[in-house]
Amino acid sequence: MKRWILVLFITFAASLAWGLEPDEILSDRGLEQRARDLSKQLRCVVCLNQDIDSSNAGVARTMRILLRERLVAGDSDEEVRAFFVERYGDFVLFQPPLKGSTYLLWFGPFVFFGIGAGIVVVVFRRHRAKTVRMSAGSLSAEEEHEINAFLQSEEEHK
Amino acid sequence: MKRMVVALPALVALILGGFFLWGLNPDRDPNAVPTARIAKPVPEFDLPAVAGIETPGLSADNLRETGEPVLVNVFASWCVPCRAEHAVLTRFVEQDGIRLMGINYQDKPEDAADWLADLGNPYERIGSDLDGRVGVDWAISGVPETFVVDANGVVVFRYVGPIIAPEAQAEVRAALDAAKEPL
Amino acid sequence: MIPESGHFALVLALAVALVQSVLPILGARTGRALLMESARTTALLQMILVGIAFASLVRSFVVSDFTVRNVLENSHSLKPMIFKVAGSWGSHEGSLLLWTLILVVFGAGVALLGGNIPAALKARTLSVQAWISAGFLTFMLFTSNPFERVFPPPLDGQDLNPLLQDIGLAMHPPLLYFGYVGFSIVFSFAVAALIEGRVDPAWARWVRPWALAAWISLTAGIALGSWWAYYELGWGGWWFWDPVENVSFMPWLLGTALLHSAIVTEKRDTFKSWTILLAILTFSLSLLGTFIVRSGLLTSVHAFAVDPERGLYILGLLGVTIVGSLTLYAWRAPQLEPGGLFRPISREAGLLINNLLLATATATVLFGTLYPLFVEALADEKVSVGPPYFNTTFIPFMLPLVIMMGIGPFLSWKRADLPGVWQRLRWVLAIALGVGLVVWYLQTDGPLLAVISLAIAAWVFAASLREWALRIKMFDAPLPESLRRARNLPRAAHGMTLAHIGIAVLILGFVGSTAWKEERIIFAEPGTRVEIAGFEVVFEGIERVQGPNYIAQQGQLRVLKNGAELTWLRPERRSYPVAGSTTTESAIRTTLAGDLYVTIGEPAADKASGKWTVRILYEPFVTWIWIGAVMLILGGALSMSDRRLRVGVPKRARRGPAPQPAE
Repeated sequence: MKRWILVLFITFAASLAWGLEPDEILSDRGLEQRARDLSKQLRCVVCLNQDIDSSNAGVARTMRILLRERLVAGDSDEEVRAFFVERYGDFVLFQPPLKGSTYLLWFGPFVFFGIGAGIVVVVFRRHRAKTVRMSAGSLSAEEEHEINAFLQSEEEHK
Repeated sequence: MKRMVVALPALVALILGGFFLWGLNPDRDPNAVPTARIAKPVPEFDLPAVAGIETPGLSADNLRETGEPVLVNVFASWCVPCRAEHAVLTRFVEQDGIRLMGINYQDKPEDAADWLADLGNPYERIGSDLDGRVGVDWAISGVPETFVVDANGVVVFRYVGPIIAPEAQAEVRAALDAAKEPL
Repeated sequence: MIPESGHFALVLALAVALVQSVLPILGARTGRALLMESARTTALLQMILVGIAFASLVRSFVVSDFTVRNVLENSHSLKPMIFKVAGSWGSHEGSLLLWTLILVVFGAGVALLGGNIPAALKARTLSVQAWISAGFLTFMLFTSNPFERVFPPPLDGQDLNPLLQDIGLAMHPPLLYFGYVGFSIVFSFAVAALIEGRVDPAWARWVRPWALAAWISLTAGIALGSWWAYYELGWGGWWFWDPVENVSFMPWLLGTALLHSAIVTEKRDTFKSWTILLAILTFSLSLLGTFIVRSGLLTSVHAFAVDPERGLYILGLLGVTIVGSLTLYAWRAPQLEPGGLFRPISREAGLLINNLLLATATATVLFGTLYPLFVEALADEKVSVGPPYFNTTFIPFMLPLVIMMGIGPFLSWKRADLPGVWQRLRWVLAIALGVGLVVWYLQTDGPLLAVISLAIAAWVFAASLREWALRIKMFDAPLPESLRRARNLPRAAHGMTLAHIGIAVLILGFVGSTAWKEERIIFAEPGTRVEIAGFEVVFEGIERVQGPNYIAQQGQLRVLKNGAELTWLRPERRSYPVAGSTTTESAIRTTLAGDLYVTIGEPAADKASGKWTVRILYEPFVTWIWIGAVMLILGGALSMSDRRLRVGVPKRARRGPAPQPAE
């Protein structure tokens, strides 16, 4: 409990190296490619944050073999994923499916961007309003200062 | 408007802090593996007996017609905690008359037979899951793991890890009792 | 005795930090110069005291003093000396001490080198810095004392983890911490500015070298960690979107945004409130990283023992620091003077979009990293958020950012002339499209994203060079004239060009090694031949090799190209008998075109007995990732050496933009 180990990748030091073994590989290259892609999306349930493709754990190997069997039997990618979800739940997918509890996950970044962009647009609007007002009257001290700053920056740019 | 915008970061930080505080709860295990198998009928499987021993194999059918709640224990001879758990399970069977089924997970039959000969065999039936597929069907996340299956063949409870500590034993007993009560 | 003096030095350092927390800021408030000046002495004293503590710990490791619990648990007498030393920051306690040391070093740095900073701002900044160091010193003294003794002393240490005995890993934390903690001083400057209620171009200029120093170290730390993962873990991957990687990446992203936003504050006296917020948030994310790494809150492949009590303490520290500073921000930010005006098409606007995209990318990483916790708390459900999520959400924000990187430097401040920019960039666009087409034609079945990414990389590359060429009037003026201009160009301008080109180079590495990676996994016996990426690799067998503290099975692989022998690759599988563990050592043939990467696994079991599992990878352009990282670091360093950032140059104008030194 008290044993603190620093920063990186240590737990599975004992079972380091990589998962997929040559005898698991399918002869059909298309199917094998699908198997590789799928196995990179499936979580090795007994490992810490590792996909089954790279895991050495026994369960991961069994899952890889099962996955390939399903593909050979003609399952679609979706059916293969469903096969594992039926057992371990959505936890087994590294890419969570779109559903009630993950809407925020998938749309959050875009909502964030939208709000940010909204704020930027508002700022520009205000600036434009100010600029219009500024060009209407004669120069105030502040405007003088603005112009000086502008000239200075131009100078610097040369 | 502007005031609200500048207060937003502090607000978000507070909310995040709330989640972190919740997450530090010592009872929470961040590494726990969930299962989608609870409250569902036992998965279809049919495992042969462990070669070299008398105990018969185990299939889904066996679990559907028990008439009372049973324990299904996933074990292996290579699993060190299983050895400690074995004594507890034996006591469950011998003293409390609990019915115990076993799934011998990814284990060489000879090793399993030696192990059982050595420690005794409290299991009513043992299925030999050589390639570990049935383990995945049961969605296990390690060995040992123990399930309570009720009289109708529905998986009602799962315990991850060895049942050794008194609290663990009490938890399993409680689950068995709960499963006995007619719905 | 030595460990006790280290402990005592820490207690003294805490006392000094508490004094520094109060006196200078009080002096700044009441205008008493003597009190303000005291920060110079106390900051220096803190550095010396924490330095003594750190030296004591290192000494205990060097002499393998196993009466100290920390040494006992994290060292072993058989370790090579360099890893004994590195062991002193290999534990939670030791790394915390290093953290604190860097914290006070930055404080002392400002106290000693910041001669040009007005006394009041400096005094406030150093007081804020002392608040942070006081927080970490109490944390260390109350929960994580690195000098705790054990009695009776055992015969030998407990840690010999061979995986950790690697120079890349030993140097990774100090660099990373230097980056993390470096942002603390930027944070302190920001909080001090909020207390003063004034942010101006001079402020941005004083902060800049510190922000750059932190950013450079963080870049180096992340790059080193990823390089280590690449060659040591045996998967040939360099980034796994693991929570612990993500928490180091977030301050980097936001720190990058800060560097760009601070330019606008410096040159145009605007974006002030935003720059301050970025400064606070960047350090907050560094603290968040420390918290996540040490609390065991999230599942990560990087192993940390869970200790909720310490987690609670850091969370408290985090809460006070982050919520406190953000509340101060909410209170004072609206009072900052509004800045200069600019048009929607201008350098300012370009940098605003840059910041928006970087902030969104940071939010995406933060969100994805923490989402499993949210769902677990609210819905009692467990989900996994892994690489597929990050790749699909992160990349869409990065590509436009990189496109903007090409355009931004061409925009003039305040109001840009779009037709003029187009005039200068159309050939660049043509080059980028050309590169895209060529790549599309050459690649057989790679993903479309790879083509687009490489076209964008070419775009940034060409645009950055074009901008640089324009500045020095390359081809428009005689060569000597251009050279003279290049010499006179501010170093920051060279730095920017180099760093932007570095990003283009990074993309080449990312795309090459993911989209066109080739892989063979085979059972090999002596004589087995494999074709990969135009190479022929022949497995000649296994030899046993005796290392200093391990026995290795060394694969002998001959690499041929067009029938001619090129080189031998010798991957190893090492077993360390004392530590009782095994590691794999990959063998890599690195060229600029790509890496040939070989690992061997266990001897195959029953079905293929007598054979060995061999994995051969070809990763095109992967080295360019680290070349790009080095370019980023050099770019940052060039920028930092710019004459305008040198000590003594900027004097604060009474108000408005600082006068520009002739450049």
